[in-house]
Amino acid sequence: MSSIPENLRYTESHEWVLLEGDIATVGITHHAQDALGDIVHVELPAIGKAVKKGAGAAEVESVKAVSDIYAPVTGTVVDVNGALDGNESVVNQDPHGAGWLFKVKVADPAEVATLLDAAAYAATLH
Amino acid sequence: MSIRRTPFHAFHKEAGARMIDFGGWDMPVQYTGIIEEHLATRARVGLFDVSHMGEVRFRGPHAMAAVQHLVTNDVSKLADGQAMYTAMCNEHGGIVDDLIVYRFGAEEILICVNAANRAKDYAWMVSHNPFGAEITNESDQWGQLAIQGRHAEALIQTLTPVKLAAIKNYWFAVGTVAGVEGCILARTGYTGEDGFEIFLPAGAADILWDAVHTAGAPFGLANIGLGARDTLRLEMKYSLYGNDITDDTTPLEAGLGWVTKLEKGDFIGRDPLVKQRDAGVPRRLVGLVVDGRIARPHNPIVSDGVVVGEVTSGSRGPSIEQNVAIAYVPTNLAKLGTKLQVDVRGKLADATVSKTPFYTRPY
Repeated sequence: MSSIPENLRYTESHEWVLLEGDIATVGITHHAQDALGDIVHVELPAIGKAVKKGAGAAEVESVKAVSDIYAPVTGTVVDVNGALDGNESVVNQDPHGAGWLFKVKVADPAEVATLLDAAAYAATLH
Repeated sequence: MSIRRTPFHAFHKEAGARMIDFGGWDMPVQYTGIIEEHLATRARVGLFDVSHMGEVRFRGPHAMAAVQHLVTNDVSKLADGQAMYTAMCNEHGGIVDDLIVYRFGAEEILICVNAANRAKDYAWMVSHNPFGAEITNESDQWGQLAIQGRHAEALIQTLTPVKLAAIKNYWFAVGTVAGVEGCILARTGYTGEDGFEIFLPAGAADILWDAVHTAGAPFGLANIGLGARDTLRLEMKYSLYGNDITDDTTPLEAGLGWVTKLEKGDFIGRDPLVKQRDAGVPRRLVGLVVDGRIARPHNPIVSDGVVVGEVTSGSRGPSIEQNVAIAYVPTNLAKLGTKLQVDVRGKLADATVSKTPFYTRPY
């Protein structure tokens, strides 16, 4: 079991990005959900909101702590994971899949390539 | 000061606990997850290492008078083998610590103090001892395990000849546990469940840890960290020293009037507390149910757009499945049902002053 999928890109603040066309799906990494513990609340951005790389876009809250989620890319929010409402523990159970947080139509798809690849992200965890 | 370890420290690491610094102690915050551990305690039985708590012994003909002078509750009501929750106040009526007092005899009292207050409390007790009681800090001699949950009595009964059913709530007995002599079995706790706190000689930690786990397996015993200890006590609105009660809050403000016996005779802090009672207590520690967001300590409480108080504790209550908080609010806003708001990181969440404890055990 790899907890750092090869097909994703990563930030040093523990978000992951999956780019499909010009749509970037964003979530938090396995490492991040494990560090946070039981997630009980997710505050997602409004659809249509303009987000800027590195700026706060969402919040993920566990029993013990609240954590800002930073937009890994610049663009516009086009979708959010409404299925998490009342089922926030999905972020713990499947952080790289069903636990995704929001989707951004990216201003510049090339920006995603500047993020960390799996090996570089793994190196930040040591 | 270097970080301290309880006699069970190695077992926590071995059990895969995530450790944190809690008031200078390297303690397990969680093993498998806070919610899972919380629910295991409510449904079955949980084991908590609370060896970081301190123990101070009072002895001699003046032991009772010395304790009576130090604490707010009336320890003259205690029988041998009985325990009592109390506050200990400073000259301003602020809370030095909250304690459990155990009466072993007319001339022998044991007091259990909070971990972070060990040194402060002992110094306070020794420097406020006009009667000349013999006061000994035994904190390093004792380990302490809390076993909490509906199966606690049955589990512990397999390890001791002491008849546990005869020990009522807030009573205790001294006896042998897992062959270890001189343990104190007290029917007390910080979770809202039935259960015991067992004081054991620190050198017997290895024996007790293994014996309790072996005996606990058929009962579904789970190791519980400080994270779930906090959510369990929060659902009961039990105060956490340093958060909900401090040197600057009085027991009357904190809802501890029931352990503050102003008519028992003189004690440290009595005069300002009588004044506060007569003038009207200006603020109250209330329980809040918070909509949507989780309130955290120091979040402002807002009423009609004005900041009127502050959250002292807040979390999700895993058993009640609501977000709850404890906060100081002005007395006129402390009535059940009062609608308030909490400023959670710049966003206002609706909150309602609610009946506490938030959780009531079903057995």
